[in-house]
Amino acid sequence: MSGGLFNARGTWAIFHHELMRAFRTWIGSIFSPVLTTSLYFIVFGAAIGSRISEVNGVSYGAFIVPGLLMLTLLSESTSNASFGIYMPRFTGAIYELLSAPVGFVETLLGFVGAAAVKSLIIAAIILLTATLFVDYQIAHPVYALGFILLISAAFSLFGFILGIWADGFERLQIVPVLFLTPLTFLGGTFYSIDMLGEPWRTVALINPIVYLVNGLRWTFTGSSDVGIWISLSMTLGFLAVCVAVIAVVYKTGWRLRD
Amino acid sequence: MTETILDIRGLTKTYKGGLKALDNVDLQIRKGEIFALLGPNGAGKTTLIGSVCGLVRPSGGTIQAFGLDLMKNWREARARIGLVPQELATDMFEKVHNSVQYSRGLFGLPSSPERIEEVLRSLSLWDKRDSAIRALSGGMKRRVLIAKALAHDPDLLFLDEPTAGVDVELRRDMWRQIDGLRDRGTTIILTTHYIDEAEEMADRVGVIEKGRILLVEDKTKLMARMGRMEAVFTLAEPLPEIPSILSDFPLHQSEDKTRLVYRGGDGTGQGKREVAELTKLLVGQGIDFTALDSHESSLEDIFVDLMEKQE
Repeated sequence: MSGGLFNARGTWAIFHHELMRAFRTWIGSIFSPVLTTSLYFIVFGAAIGSRISEVNGVSYGAFIVPGLLMLTLLSESTSNASFGIYMPRFTGAIYELLSAPVGFVETLLGFVGAAAVKSLIIAAIILLTATLFVDYQIAHPVYALGFILLISAAFSLFGFILGIWADGFERLQIVPVLFLTPLTFLGGTFYSIDMLGEPWRTVALINPIVYLVNGLRWTFTGSSDVGIWISLSMTLGFLAVCVAVIAVVYKTGWRLRD
Repeated sequence: MTETILDIRGLTKTYKGGLKALDNVDLQIRKGEIFALLGPNGAGKTTLIGSVCGLVRPSGGTIQAFGLDLMKNWREARARIGLVPQELATDMFEKVHNSVQYSRGLFGLPSSPERIEEVLRSLSLWDKRDSAIRALSGGMKRRVLIAKALAHDPDLLFLDEPTAGVDVELRRDMWRQIDGLRDRGTTIILTTHYIDEAEEMADRVGVIEKGRILLVEDKTKLMARMGRMEAVFTLAEPLPEIPSILSDFPLHQSEDKTRLVYRGGDGTGQGKREVAELTKLLVGQGIDFTALDSHESSLEDIFVDLMEKQE
């Protein structure tokens, strides 16, 4: 019931609407990231990877699977959620959301939940596709699933904030293109940071993405450059900060209500 | 006494730049009425609606809907309020049926294919239910917005310029739709630039200017109080002076004495009766005339008068 404390049907309506939007535009939403990641697997995993010796006890192809998965999860979660909330702001359709009996929690669960689920679907397709090019194992499947869920949720939240902050399509792209992608590439997607000499190894540890990539890598290979608990703490901390920021945005109405 | 469904007191909204869009607005809306809020561009109409619907954060004042404080009991209150915005703002790539279904869900109601069909049929959208909204004409898009606002059966419906940019036929069609909603007991608040729209449909009229409510009055009473009749008799020959038998009528002559001008009435038909009587008397007195132009002041004239007085 909408008059209660939680509007479950409203949450489902947002979630369903957002998910259907992705399927409606499946070429851009699903096919495109899968194709891009598959190309990475072909180039780095199969072609170049076959000429590189093992890294941390696994083949190079298997080593980059969690890194590439992380690259896709971060970019897709961020762009799905940011686009999801930015478009109604841009078209004015957000009036319906703001005038409905849905609050901060329902909106987040709807938008972020849909963005995270889209990322999970893409992740599943990518992992299946990867088996065509690379021979890899998942050492801790339950942890892997948990980690993928957490990262999808955290970066969907981050994307949601971006979508509220952005006042144009250019701004919507600035953070993913100028910060997120470079940090992910430098965060050990294609290499172990142990391969870096000092001081660059220490410098690399400043990059928060290093902890995320290595956390996911641990769930796949059983080894990583940094501790799993540090990775988990960093991810949870980032998620909590994003939730707190969105709570403040909703309380103040910043960029949402005049 | 008629139940108040919306009670706005001391509502003020000052935007960041210092613009005072609403200035201590008091407004009470009665259950089941159609209330037309008139005002020029930038008068504060949309800000007022936005404040009630949760799109605008008021700087001060209170809003109660259905006896519920909108700040505290916003979920319960908003579930019973519908809004048709001025702009054609919706996901244009979505299909009509899905879009209306989404709106119903957003307001916490279970899926009801029968109700959605009823709403779509009532707005002549049923045949377009599987069309993407972007493929529809402007008028049909506006109907979709109305369907979306009706999907959760609101008790209080805001229509912000509902017929802006639609053709005459569609406007009349929409008036019928709005009338039908009133018959079902929905309270309607509409803003419009078309004064004839307010004249045609509204029970009461409010005029807002520079964020202040200038008047709120029953439409019929307002027109009775401020309405006027003007009739101009073009005489066959100049009349040196107005005969004493006509002295009870509010008459005056043009400078060249060739026209006799009546200005009177009260908007209830008194003017028409007096002009008819006057016509008979002129004929009886042998005062010949070649033309008669009469004009009864509309709500538009009253509105323009009010605005001019403000300036």
